[in-house]
Amino acid sequence: MIRLALWLLGALLLGGIVHLTTVLLLPRMATQDAYARVSGIAPVNAVIPIPGPTPEKALMPFMDPAFQVSVCRYDLSRGPLKFSVPISQAYTSVSFYTRFDVAYYAINDRAAGRRVIELDLMTAAQRAGLPENEEITAADRLIVTSPTNNGLIVIRVLAPEAGWVPAVRTALAAAQCRPQ
Amino acid sequence: MKSAGSFCYTGRPNGYASGPNVRLLFGTVLALTIAAMAGLGATWMALTRGSAYGGVTIGAWTGWPKNGTSGIDPYARAMVARTGELPVGSGDGVAFYARTDDAGQPLDGRCDVLLSGTTPQARFWTLTLYDPEGRLVANSTQRQSFTSQEIVRNADGTFDIMVGPRARPGNWLPTGGADKYVLVLRLYDTPIGMATRTGSDAPMPSISKRACL
Repeated sequence: MIRLALWLLGALLLGGIVHLTTVLLLPRMATQDAYARVSGIAPVNAVIPIPGPTPEKALMPFMDPAFQVSVCRYDLSRGPLKFSVPISQAYTSVSFYTRFDVAYYAINDRAAGRRVIELDLMTAAQRAGLPENEEITAADRLIVTSPTNNGLIVIRVLAPEAGWVPAVRTALAAAQCRPQ
Repeated sequence: MKSAGSFCYTGRPNGYASGPNVRLLFGTVLALTIAAMAGLGATWMALTRGSAYGGVTIGAWTGWPKNGTSGIDPYARAMVARTGELPVGSGDGVAFYARTDDAGQPLDGRCDVLLSGTTPQARFWTLTLYDPEGRLVANSTQRQSFTSQEIVRNADGTFDIMVGPRARPGNWLPTGGADKYVLVLRLYDTPIGMATRTGSDAPMPSISKRACL
């Protein structure tokens, strides 16, 4: 009896380890995560519009249909990236995701405080390598540090009513994401 | 090893099939099977039943503001990786999900459900109806969501949205007759976040069930 209980206890402990390991490994093993889905349609370091969700087809689940969305799938291994998007009249946001879909930074038009959201994206190592006291390191240059070499910049512009969609698309089409 | 050794002294007849090695083998296989089943089962349950960690629940609505930050917990990360969605970044907004009405009954697309009240402070909000897998639901009017700008409000600034299978005057969000659905209220540019705990900080619309088909 005691021996059976010991076997069971050992089994449960091992089960706990299996559980924690699978939960921790899943983000790195997933083949259908958002990054993989976007990779299927988006080249590297370019802004690509994502088709809006319809009942038949959506690139990702739980997309907000009120938004027009573009993405830049970035790769910082060759150097930092410059990103800019003009803000629309309604609402514009830019969210940054790591290779493993963690939202590490997001900014909206109000926080940006001007007509264009403009920023430099780089890794921590590239940031550390920036020359100090450079004039442009001043307040007018927003620097975002990516925890991973690869990831996604997701630009989302709200069309509060259906009639806004063309204007919103125009604003989105002017978005840029290119190596410095 | 110790337990297997001690078994030798229990005096079971030796010709019997369950010698110490067989016992050891049987125990190991049993333990490994249970371990695999319990471990993978727990993972599956945790990822399909919905994460309860760090959620902010107000009425029937639950949001996970922390999922939009680098502080996202491992369960939510695994869930996001499995479903393939991108969480709303915390500098952007926060999403609240409702799968039941205020009485705890699952939302049923064959019933009329009334959303009523106000939303927390936000520059814009959207309300969207999805099936449980996060797909939009087809219906004859092509309407799957409302934005705060599209809604018709009452004189006191509150709003009523009827969610149901039959056409309604005013704000009608069709369910397309889907039996189960999820309502997602997304608040954009909002002070609502991880510090929010109660309904007085964040007045969410009530969800009450009316007549069913």
